[in-house]
Amino acid sequence: MKRFVYINDDESPTQELYCDNRISNRKYTLLNFLPKNLWEQFSRFMNQYFLLIACLQLWSLITPVNPASTWGPLIFIFAVSATKEAWDDYNRYLSDKKANEKEVWVVRKGIKKHIQAQDIHVGNIVWLRENDEVPCDLVLIGTSDPQGLCYVETAALDGETDLKTRVIPSACMGIDSELLHKIKGVVECPNPDKDIRRFDANLRLFPPFIDNDVCPLTIKNTILQSCYLRNTEWVCGVAVYTGNETKLGMSRGVPEPKLTAMDAMIDKLTGAIFVFQIVVVIVLGIAGNVWKDTEARKKWYVLYPNEGPWYELLVIPLRFELLCSIMIPISIKVSLDLVKSLYAKFIDWDAEMIDYETGCPSHATNTAISEDLGQVEYILTDKTGTLTENKMVFRRCCISGIFYGNESGNALKDAQLLNAVASGSTDVIRFLTVMAICNTVIPVQSKTGAILYKAQSQDEDALVQAAAKLHMVLFNRSGNILDTMLLYFIMKCWRLWSSLLTGKGCQLWSEIARMERLSFCQKERMKLFFLMLLQLLEYLLMDQPIPGQQTRTFSEAVEQYAQLGLRTLCLAWRELKEDEYHEWYLMFREASSTLVDREWRIAEVCQRLEHDLEVLGVTAIEDRLQDGVPETIETLRKAGINFWMLTGDKQNTAIQIALSCNFISPEPKGQLLLIDGKTEDEVSRSFERVLLTMRITTSEPKDVAFVVDGWALEILLKHYRKAFTELAILSRTAICCRVTPSQKAQLVELLKSCDYRTLAIGDGGNDVRMIQQAAIGVGISGREGLQAARAADYSIGKFRFLKRLILVHGRYSYNRTAFLSQYSFYKSLLICFIQIFFSFISGVSGTSLFNSVSLMAYNVFYTSIPVLVSVLDKDLSEEMVMQHPQILFYCQAGRLLNPSTFAGWFGRSLFHAIVVFIISINAYAYEKSEMEEVAMMALSGCIWLQAFVVTLETNSFTILQHLAIWGNLIAFYVINWIVSSIPSSGMYTIMFRLCRQPTYWITVFLIVAAGMGPILALKYFRYTYRPSKINTLQQAERLGGPILSLGNIEPQPRSLEKEVSPLSITQPKNRSLVYEPLLSDSPNTRRSLGSGTPFDFFQSQSRSSSSSYSRNCKDN
Amino acid sequence: MDVDGGSTSSDSTRVRSIPIHSGQCKAFLSQFKQQSLPACKPVLTPAWVIATLLLLGFVFIPIGLVTLHASRGVLEIVDRYDADCVPEEFKGNKASYIKDTSVPKNCTRILKVHKYMKAPIYIYYQLDNYYQNHRRYVKSRSDQQLLHGLKYNDTSSCKPEESNNGLPVVPCGLIAWSLFNDTYTFIRGTAELRVNRKNIAWKSDRDHKFGKHVYPFNFQNGTLIGGGKLDPNIPLGDQEDLIVWMRTSALPSFRKIYGRIEEDLEADDVIVVHLMNNYNTYSFGGKKKLVISTSSWLGGRNDFLGVAYIFVGSSAIILSLVFLLLHVKNPRPYGDTAYLSWNRKGISS
Repeated sequence: MKRFVYINDDESPTQELYCDNRISNRKYTLLNFLPKNLWEQFSRFMNQYFLLIACLQLWSLITPVNPASTWGPLIFIFAVSATKEAWDDYNRYLSDKKANEKEVWVVRKGIKKHIQAQDIHVGNIVWLRENDEVPCDLVLIGTSDPQGLCYVETAALDGETDLKTRVIPSACMGIDSELLHKIKGVVECPNPDKDIRRFDANLRLFPPFIDNDVCPLTIKNTILQSCYLRNTEWVCGVAVYTGNETKLGMSRGVPEPKLTAMDAMIDKLTGAIFVFQIVVVIVLGIAGNVWKDTEARKKWYVLYPNEGPWYELLVIPLRFELLCSIMIPISIKVSLDLVKSLYAKFIDWDAEMIDYETGCPSHATNTAISEDLGQVEYILTDKTGTLTENKMVFRRCCISGIFYGNESGNALKDAQLLNAVASGSTDVIRFLTVMAICNTVIPVQSKTGAILYKAQSQDEDALVQAAAKLHMVLFNRSGNILDTMLLYFIMKCWRLWSSLLTGKGCQLWSEIARMERLSFCQKERMKLFFLMLLQLLEYLLMDQPIPGQQTRTFSEAVEQYAQLGLRTLCLAWRELKEDEYHEWYLMFREASSTLVDREWRIAEVCQRLEHDLEVLGVTAIEDRLQDGVPETIETLRKAGINFWMLTGDKQNTAIQIALSCNFISPEPKGQLLLIDGKTEDEVSRSFERVLLTMRITTSEPKDVAFVVDGWALEILLKHYRKAFTELAILSRTAICCRVTPSQKAQLVELLKSCDYRTLAIGDGGNDVRMIQQAAIGVGISGREGLQAARAADYSIGKFRFLKRLILVHGRYSYNRTAFLSQYSFYKSLLICFIQIFFSFISGVSGTSLFNSVSLMAYNVFYTSIPVLVSVLDKDLSEEMVMQHPQILFYCQAGRLLNPSTFAGWFGRSLFHAIVVFIISINAYAYEKSEMEEVAMMALSGCIWLQAFVVTLETNSFTILQHLAIWGNLIAFYVINWIVSSIPSSGMYTIMFRLCRQPTYWITVFLIVAAGMGPILALKYFRYTYRPSKINTLQQAERLGGPILSLGNIEPQPRSLEKEVSPLSITQPKNRSLVYEPLLSDSPNTRRSLGSGTPFDFFQSQSRSSSSSYSRNCKDN
Repeated sequence: MDVDGGSTSSDSTRVRSIPIHSGQCKAFLSQFKQQSLPACKPVLTPAWVIATLLLLGFVFIPIGLVTLHASRGVLEIVDRYDADCVPEEFKGNKASYIKDTSVPKNCTRILKVHKYMKAPIYIYYQLDNYYQNHRRYVKSRSDQQLLHGLKYNDTSSCKPEESNNGLPVVPCGLIAWSLFNDTYTFIRGTAELRVNRKNIAWKSDRDHKFGKHVYPFNFQNGTLIGGGKLDPNIPLGDQEDLIVWMRTSALPSFRKIYGRIEEDLEADDVIVVHLMNNYNTYSFGGKKKLVISTSSWLGGRNDFLGVAYIFVGSSAIILSLVFLLLHVKNPRPYGDTAYLSWNRKGISS
């Protein structure tokens, strides 16, 4: 499917074919708002339930109370969420409107006109000035720059803040700006998609412009909607995608809402309560019908008709259904939403999580999942930029077999190297040239004349800086032309011909004379260099063994640097013969104008150049650990969180970093198991060994970690998924190196499938998928742009804030929600049980003891306000939690909200209901048994009890809590006095009468003492004689008792397993490493897949054990 | 409840990098945002819990004794008459006795006063096994009609007693229809005891719930006669028996006031009660009792509160002694983190 865009053709049919540039992010229109919003709200089960109840209540025969008692809260809740939606949508509408009505210059009928952005049509030529926002996706046809370049900021699109270079297609090169009005042609491009890195299209200009040749277009020739034009006076372009069909518009979408484990638990408990309710309804319904037939018919004053309508049998059960409907508290969703947004606000406000270096506060994008933070079991972390600072410093290098910087630790100060540069050693100069030019760094001359570098990659930045310090200065870049200066006077000019696409960082450059820079004549090319900058150094070396004497030295260098935790890059080059180039160039042109699989085809063609490379040297770049990373990891590991490191980096570097940040323990305590192999066979054999070792070692808590690389991982995930899952469960630590973004996401998926709560943390674009996949995604707003931070649920400035995020915010959120949700059920059940008991003394007829006003107010006001302030409750101080991170076990294992704690609350509400009911009906017996008074007495008892329950369950009282708890109690009386003074209300004068009676107050205190006494005693007993760890720490904290440092129980080191490679492994030198390039869609799949030899032993093992997959220690 | 002043600790001691705002409100807000509001963190220490329970006991037992004393000070004479007032020949079929209008319903009971009873003495009738709280029954009334009479004609809530012969009934509904209609006259010695039947209903009901100008209409005119009849010339606001009856009881056994005797009764007085046994409780096995009772500051005789107070109080004392014993015998060092073993299994067991 293609679209043909006719440039500047006012009569063409394309104008009708494609939508105009009106952007609409709105979910609703004025007309469909109500039905659509209601439909969305009613797609939730809880809401359907409440609606059903509310509808049943309209049937006056069965309703125990005024329908308003359900309709009121229901409408309130719906109105709140509908208003929120409407407000959001209105804001979207406003911003859309602003964007749509923005004035832009567009060519209409040959004349430049000022029109609104929404009137742009596909095929229009749009003119933009510096700092304008791009209104739709454009294909560039002209810029103010003579080289045909322009710069755009794409922050809104991908979050990257550096400037990107865009270039006009070669066909449009050199067209006079006056003629651009009249340009005609056709752009052949694919149908709209959301891939912002790809645009495989062709441009053909009609005469009189140039020839009739097809000119290939790439993403480099486009500027996309919502980008900003920078450092360029003007550009003009053809609109190809407009309105909601732009790349941005297509990629817009609402991500699936994440549900916390706690929400799932609450839903489960709600389901259980629902079942309980149904049982109660059925039992009472049957009892009611039986009583009606045996007893009520005898009672002449009830005047039961002998013949009832057909639905008579249903009436009593339905009445009980309505009576019991308050068991599921209607306010719980609202309360939860409210406190959750407050948790998120606390994270945003937290002054201790502000990164003072950048002034960047932490931010919770997703406000609904804070509780999950407290229940994290696995953290999957990226390495670069997450654990490390991503501040690269060039440290060492190895050029033609000579090591520089080994003594001083800084190659830039190595006199030997400086001498070599000064003496102009060819190898060194070449090495520096590659360092300086083979990148995308843009040099910017500041006013003082100093050269600043703007780089997309920190590695490139480090290399260019280092080259500059070694007197190879990159001082100008305009488009494809680079200027370098060696030793202050040797100027050279380079032209980039192609950045090849095999993922190895290869680029094709030629040296040109300085005067040639403006001529585009290809014949004047003098020399062609084929330069490479390789991240995957060793593979290049290994997979095409160059008969060079230095190969060995280089691989040793790589080995050595990696052991020091340095990032290594290998630089290589090759000189190209001119005819070889021409031959290749034809193929390249053909490949680059295909529309299908263009990337793949180009890569295939480029492959042909990548051989016989001459290795120039190896660079080593240091990436320092961030502050506090080892401590953070240690604390979180003590808290029982398992860490996996997923990195694209090399194995040795990854292991070294892991060691230095406490990720794995060094030798005697820790153990590393390697899974490797070059064929599928070897991989599975090594995997089988590792799994066996792991099974044996799990009994003794020793730090065992496994290391796997991307290639082995792919095999394991494909063929041994089940066994690998077992390994994943057994292992607390894992290091996965050389993994692709999609593998990162797959690993998250794997852990999620075993019901672990995962947290993924990363900083770069390659972590986005993992972050979105995980239950909680945390982004570090770091140097690699904001892409990860935008996709994440939480963004923090530094890795060390993770500790506070989990231990403080996550834990408190979990505790608070656990209390709040169970309490909500407790208070609803309390009043419901009283209603049920009352039905036993009212002839099982479904009479409601309480009147409608009281019932509604009980759920909405009296009981929800005191509990809302529990968001301020802290069971332990923050310092205490930080000192004893193990306390997080309680949250992880869900010890505070699970069926058994819930049963406790259930029992408590049953007990309290009995106390309130028995005492009320006995104290108010005989001549005092007036219905309204008894009801009010019981309600007062409930209110008093719930105030004391909240008090007893609160661990720390701030003024707000006192205000809410006792203020609420006072408010109860004030509200009831007000209601009691309205003559038309059912409870006219009741509250005044009660408050004057000594009996009332005596009864209230009796209810409180009888209700709270046993609970206090039980709590005290457990607190003192069966204390949980939390209790012990509370006591220690508050009474200032001796706080002993809690040593983690670590077992004694034990003898090494035979197969286990110790940490200090030096990998067999002669191992011929074969690795897959990072880009998974690269065409050169060199690795031959070994046939899947079955391992009978292994498979039977895995089968027998797979049945006993036990989530370690997760069962309560 | 468990606020322990001694262990109050402030959480705001941490040094923070936030500038201290001058305004108190701002400081409060920033403390709120940092979740560092000064907080009081009570602990359930043995001393505190034992003291609380002990105090609870020592407060509750005296209150219980006082309450019990007040309740015991109330004298009451309870006489169940529903069974004895049925003539011998109807003993087998009491329902037919009560339904047979030709049989005289008068009955005489003799009550003996055991102790001196001080005025005012309240006369109640007590009904047992009578479900005034039955849903069909409770709902069958119209408060609007009671207040506004025939002007208010939406009496659908009164079903099944909302109209008769096509005309609305005032007061409508089952409650009014089943009005209690036994009557009592009291004779001490030779003279009739004066029984004050005024001001027995709540004043608020008389003034604001039942119309001063609403007269009974078409009441008890149907084929099925329920309970008592009302004088159509007296407005509802003055029909105090009806008003008392319409205050439905929450319990299936209840007393409703009939009147007040405003003279003291001496010990060994004999009171003869002439009563009209009109009201049908026989068909469903309900009991009717006549209660003559004095009153205290707590109301009628009800030992429940006193007994419950004493029970709760003594339980609290026993519990506190048990805890004291436990604490002395088995003192637990508080907050001794040495006991902590961070074993996953230990926690999740």
